[in-house]
Amino acid sequence: MKTDRTRLIFLAAAILGFVMIFAMQRTMNEYIVSIVNFVGIYIILAVSLNITNGFTGLFSLGHPAFMAIGGYVTAILTLPVMKKAMFLPDLPSWLAGLQLPFFPALLIAGIMASLTALLVGVPVLRLRGHYLAVATIGFLIIVQVLITNMESLTRGPLGLNGLPAYTNLWWVYPWVLAALYVSWKIKFSSYGRTLLAVRENEMAAQCLGVNLFRTRIASLVIGAFFAGVAGGLWAHLITAITPNSFSLIMAFNIVVMVVVGGAGSISGSFLAAIIFTLLTEVFRPLEESLEVFGIGEIFLALVLIMILIFRPKGFFGSREPRFLTGRNA
Amino acid sequence: MSLAYIAQQCANGLILGSMYSLVAIGFSMIYGISRLINFAHGEVVMIGAFLTMGLFQILGLPFPLVAAAVLALGAVLGVMIERAAFRPMRGAPQVTGFIASLGISIMLQNLGIMVLTAQPRNFSFPAYLQQLVNIGPIGIRIVDICIMLATPLLLAVLLFIIHRTRLGVAMRATAENLDVARLMGIDINRTIMAAFAIGSGLAATAGLMWGGKFGQIDPLMGFIPGLKSFVAAVIGGVGSIPGAILGGYILGMAEVLFVGLLPPIYSAYRDAFVFGTLIIILLVLPNGLLGKETEERA
Amino acid sequence: MLEIQDIHVYRGKTYVLQGVSLHVGQGEIAALIGANGAGKTTTLRAASGLLRAKQGRILFRPEPGGEQVDISRLKPEQIVGLGMSHCPEGRGVFSSLSVRENLLIGAYLRTDRDGIAEDYEKVCRMFPILEERSGQAAGLLSGGEQMMLAVGRSLMSSPRLLLLDEPSLGLAPLVVEQIFRMLAEINSQGVTILLVEQNAVMALDLAHKAYVMENGRVTLSGPSRELACNPDVRRAYLGGH
Repeated sequence: MKTDRTRLIFLAAAILGFVMIFAMQRTMNEYIVSIVNFVGIYIILAVSLNITNGFTGLFSLGHPAFMAIGGYVTAILTLPVMKKAMFLPDLPSWLAGLQLPFFPALLIAGIMASLTALLVGVPVLRLRGHYLAVATIGFLIIVQVLITNMESLTRGPLGLNGLPAYTNLWWVYPWVLAALYVSWKIKFSSYGRTLLAVRENEMAAQCLGVNLFRTRIASLVIGAFFAGVAGGLWAHLITAITPNSFSLIMAFNIVVMVVVGGAGSISGSFLAAIIFTLLTEVFRPLEESLEVFGIGEIFLALVLIMILIFRPKGFFGSREPRFLTGRNA
Repeated sequence: MSLAYIAQQCANGLILGSMYSLVAIGFSMIYGISRLINFAHGEVVMIGAFLTMGLFQILGLPFPLVAAAVLALGAVLGVMIERAAFRPMRGAPQVTGFIASLGISIMLQNLGIMVLTAQPRNFSFPAYLQQLVNIGPIGIRIVDICIMLATPLLLAVLLFIIHRTRLGVAMRATAENLDVARLMGIDINRTIMAAFAIGSGLAATAGLMWGGKFGQIDPLMGFIPGLKSFVAAVIGGVGSIPGAILGGYILGMAEVLFVGLLPPIYSAYRDAFVFGTLIIILLVLPNGLLGKETEERA
Repeated sequence: MLEIQDIHVYRGKTYVLQGVSLHVGQGEIAALIGANGAGKTTTLRAASGLLRAKQGRILFRPEPGGEQVDISRLKPEQIVGLGMSHCPEGRGVFSSLSVRENLLIGAYLRTDRDGIAEDYEKVCRMFPILEERSGQAAGLLSGGEQMMLAVGRSLMSSPRLLLLDEPSLGLAPLVVEQIFRMLAEINSQGVTILLVEQNAVMALDLAHKAYVMENGRVTLSGPSRELACNPDVRRAYLGGH
């Protein structure tokens, strides 16, 4: 995969994106713009989970925990000092007086999420298959419990609201591009090939000297970074955050996107994220008008099960469409 | 910290442990025979609770009959889940089966919300069961006594089935080696179905008990108890039925004592404690206390 | 008794059996020999129903002069009921069940209590070590003892045809001899045997006829004495001279 070609594609995508966002901000109403924002955040989530689950074949349901960490870190950092005093009177003094602009806050959030991933990954990534999955669910619940109870930092079950509404298309889509670019680079590098090798056949990979453990930790850490950023973007889109904002259901939804798109396929995750977010939006007015909630989720689960039975590799398998890779194979 | 208080906590621990055991058995049986974690098991508990209420309140049946019916209906539900989600996944990688059962779990939760609304309801059951009885220093309700007595009874029946009946031998053989079991003439489809039926029947009964113990039920109630029962199964060794029983009681006691004996600040961390234990056990003692299987680790 | 007609079997995408035919007559001992990966185990698994052939047929006539059944599409559970017992590669004993439970599970489909008890006695007489260890978990037995248990278990279903997959695998030569003697004894009592073996010397010695398999096909067949004298067979499987 020639670097020039990659650069060209991403440059083209960036320009196209720029133009589209410009047009959208001008012409579309707020409701649609907010949907497009959500679509962007879900793309980041799906693509980053694809790095962890899709490339390496790990099965992590802990993504929302990283979102929560990222979301809360961003919120605490960007909250104006006044509000901090009001919501979080017991905050340590160096934090209480701090207020950061959005970008550094997001970066720090991402890094904090990554550090957590590192800390948790070292013990937990020794597990495999569904045991790993269950351990990550345990991790998710532990994080939720901690957030709910560390009231001096997080205001507990009440959560934080009135967050500055920083998130808009100009913030979200560069991060989308960044996530896509990082994924792409990883996938088509020798490191990426290692990851896929580990996924296909662990024992063979081990025999060839691949350090399984380090590749797993790295994929978790990178995925967690973007999840943390996505959490921050989410919090500042909704302008509120609670311990329950990022639950197992969200983990499930993102996993569905990755699986349906094809674990390992960046384009797959990308498209699936768009389709599913839009579908959820379609179901929402239906649910509200009929006052019957849960249909959208049921539909999602059904689609997943159908795919698992009839096309378990997802739509793209682990490949990318030919016109993007320029391969002859 | 009086003796009476500790005794009370131990009683509570036994009750909670009974319920965890019953559900954990289902996990272990299903895992043992199909190598898949049935994430939807927690929802069977929830449905058991609602069925109990429905049968009792709406149909006005006498309670012992309701209990028997819930056991039977839970078994039927288990068979349905097996047919719908697990049979198509046979032979697929572990993780695929896991996601599928997670999907079923979420579907059932949302169906519950759709049909019953997310509003918690008060669990109604006969007044005579709610009466308080004083045994020495402990105050305990009749329903709690029933739970403590009924569970060992159910467990005894289960162990009898497993070790002394033809079906039980077939289940144990199938759990160990599916192909060779077929070569013995065992109909593995029916055997697997039986495992799901028994496990789910017990889980539904646990739902009945849960409603009786805690008094409130809602469509999302099965999720955390289900997960915790899985932790119990892991503690005892997934796939081992005696392990599930042991793990269930251990976890029930540990959880209650954790909340009861430590200063109140910590009680909110009970779930973190339980799942932290899960992760530690998975890392340190992956086969649990009584399990025998070995799986590859990185 | 058993007729395999030109079966083609795939495992996933791999084309394993590429048109295998063989015939086992009533009361015979037939051997299937060949190198690792030739497809011998696959052939047995196709016969007992664990694998399904994409093409071809498998016919089974348990009773002499009786009905011939097309078992190509039947499930293993059904085929056992007809009188074929497959003793799988690696013995396949149920380690967590006791020796006694293992033997009894061989008779899973039978309903004649007395007949089962009688056969249990017979097996214990044939392999006294099993009686000795009847309460122990099968996983604790030695390789040779497990082999005896596996054969005994197969016999408990009162089979007309016994399929054996590599009975000598991993066993000491003395034990192998003992087992093969037992097989001859079993055959003399009227049980037909189809034997897959890598140990060609012992297989050809025991069997009446043999088939040689290579790369998913039968390349040679005939009475075992003839094959034992065949120079190619001698070179490839019998150590040369």
